[in-house]
Amino acid sequence: MKNSMTTLSITYREALNQGLREALQNDERVFLMGEDVGRYGGAFAVSKGLLQEFGEDRIMDVPLLEAGFVGAGIGAAMAGMKPIIEIMTVNFSLFAMDQIVNNAATLQHMSGGQLNVPLIIRMGSGIGRQLGTQHSHSWEPFYAHIPGLIVLSVGTHEDARSMLHAALQSHDPVLLFEYTMLLNLEKEIATDLPIASLSKAKVLREGKDISIITYGTGVYKSLEAAAELASVGIDAEVIDLRVLRPLDESTFLTSIAKTHRVLIVEDAWRSVSISSEVSARIMENGFYNLDAPVQRLCGIEVPIPYPVHLEEAAIPQKIDIISTVKKMIYRN
Amino acid sequence: MDAKKGLLLLYQMLLMRRFEEKAAELYTKAKIRGFHHLYIGEEATAVGVIQTLTDDDIVLSTYREHGHALARGIDPDLIMAEMYGKLEGCSRGRGGAMHLFDSSKKFYGSNAVVSGNLSIAVGMALASKRQKKNNIICCFFSEDDIAKCEFQEALNLAALWKVPVLFVCENNLYATGKAVRYSHTATELEKKGIASSSVDGMNLIKVMQAAHAVVGKIKSTGKPYLLICNTYRFRAYSLFDVELYRAKKKVEEWKRRDPIPQFEQFLLQQQWITENEIAAFENKIKTKIQKALDFAEEGAREPLMQLTKFVYSEI
Repeated sequence: MKNSMTTLSITYREALNQGLREALQNDERVFLMGEDVGRYGGAFAVSKGLLQEFGEDRIMDVPLLEAGFVGAGIGAAMAGMKPIIEIMTVNFSLFAMDQIVNNAATLQHMSGGQLNVPLIIRMGSGIGRQLGTQHSHSWEPFYAHIPGLIVLSVGTHEDARSMLHAALQSHDPVLLFEYTMLLNLEKEIATDLPIASLSKAKVLREGKDISIITYGTGVYKSLEAAAELASVGIDAEVIDLRVLRPLDESTFLTSIAKTHRVLIVEDAWRSVSISSEVSARIMENGFYNLDAPVQRLCGIEVPIPYPVHLEEAAIPQKIDIISTVKKMIYRN
Repeated sequence: MDAKKGLLLLYQMLLMRRFEEKAAELYTKAKIRGFHHLYIGEEATAVGVIQTLTDDDIVLSTYREHGHALARGIDPDLIMAEMYGKLEGCSRGRGGAMHLFDSSKKFYGSNAVVSGNLSIAVGMALASKRQKKNNIICCFFSEDDIAKCEFQEALNLAALWKVPVLFVCENNLYATGKAVRYSHTATELEKKGIASSSVDGMNLIKVMQAAHAVVGKIKSTGKPYLLICNTYRFRAYSLFDVELYRAKKKVEEWKRRDPIPQFEQFLLQQQWITENEIAAFENKIKTKIQKALDFAEEGAREPLMQLTKFVYSEI
């Protein structure tokens, strides 16, 4: 629904759907393959209507065999197609991890540059709605560890609409983490978005007192926290990392040179996480710009429990961000 | 088959055998490192299957792939240089003996993870079908894979999508050191749901006949096919393997079925070759392998400053 000439109101789900539709319209080589993407309309209704529009050669339902269809996607990409693979949720990507890590990420290198794998893998991610331990994993750090992969985190509606298009221009395998908790959320986005960057983090809110660095579902939580902090006179800058590999250091280092304080927020477990990496890079290259130690809000190191109060307590919430920032600022 | 073709095929099998014997020797001298899996004894399978393919067909292989690479026509110089880790190697030295690639020969590589290439082959065949290329994807694997879910998944997808994959199972009876009887209750390895047959993989002519029929079937129907070649590796699983799991006598029994002397006998009977000509062949191959060795020895090491190349595409 258009509200003005320049913006429209859209859910995250619709934004993803439009991105997919555009990709399929733009390039005959593009096809979508995944469990229930066609007749069912997508496990989260992201691909709803696409089967009817593009036919079953381009919207392919596959059996439950993640290693098999991710491998097939790799083969099709090597042979000149532009496959978009949907793994229903990131939790099931572990079955395909060998294909992703040992083939998609390495074939270019092992072949001495003869081959490349322009494959897109989209995965439903995030924690919430009491889905229980096995359906509540945050595997961004796993994949961000692997040279050869481009790992993107779709934390905003703008990226939900435009990141796939950018990813399809890549000659290398791209993993897109999409966040199912955001699907029904409606936001205003520009009708004419620029081509998304595959290399840059984004400053979503400028501020001078502290840099909140985050990604995924941490983005809107951090923006809301920053808005509340503004009402008590704390001016927080919020950075969406967006590209978890290769990590864009310069954006957050520039921010820290201005704010001198850093809070990193993510759902993934604290140990060996994205925030560990960001923190280490700050130590290496931004240490002398810090007025206080880097602080982190991460997932509590427990298999994510079912009861709602425990689930909520296991990952950073807006209130945690606000209280941690206040502690950091008021310490001085 | 005629005399000319017969001689070519013998040449290919002999080249493989002598090339690998030399490679094993170089391994003991630490010129070649890493895991090293020899194909010795199984030559008839690679030669018999690959000679039926056209230049447009694609070959995918395993970590026991020196034979497949040579049969596909990759220059032995480039393979030897690859084993040496030299810049002139067919994968610029980045791959090593288990990762041979040559896209100019549509040899899209050897995969060192068991079953790694099966579903990739299916995806390539799906692309071929969509692009109406009318080529086939030939994917070698071993009986080890059959226990794995990746095998079931790949064959299921290939059958479901009706795509032109020739799955070639090289059943050499041992998964590392596990005899096939310790891995499968059924000795019959054929998969239901996809057309399949098996052949004596020690006999070149039988392999050729079977492969010819199967390739024709795939090209006319567009559907996948599983060809099982029953064969035997004469050498250890890899050069780290001390072969505690099988009797030397058993290996000697199988050696009596060596595909190369078998085929030489056939050529001699046909009077397409003489003993002297076979000896001349051996000399020619010896020279060729020495040339490959010299090429590898003289090859360049990739400069350290290029260490991080080929991780991401340079656009």
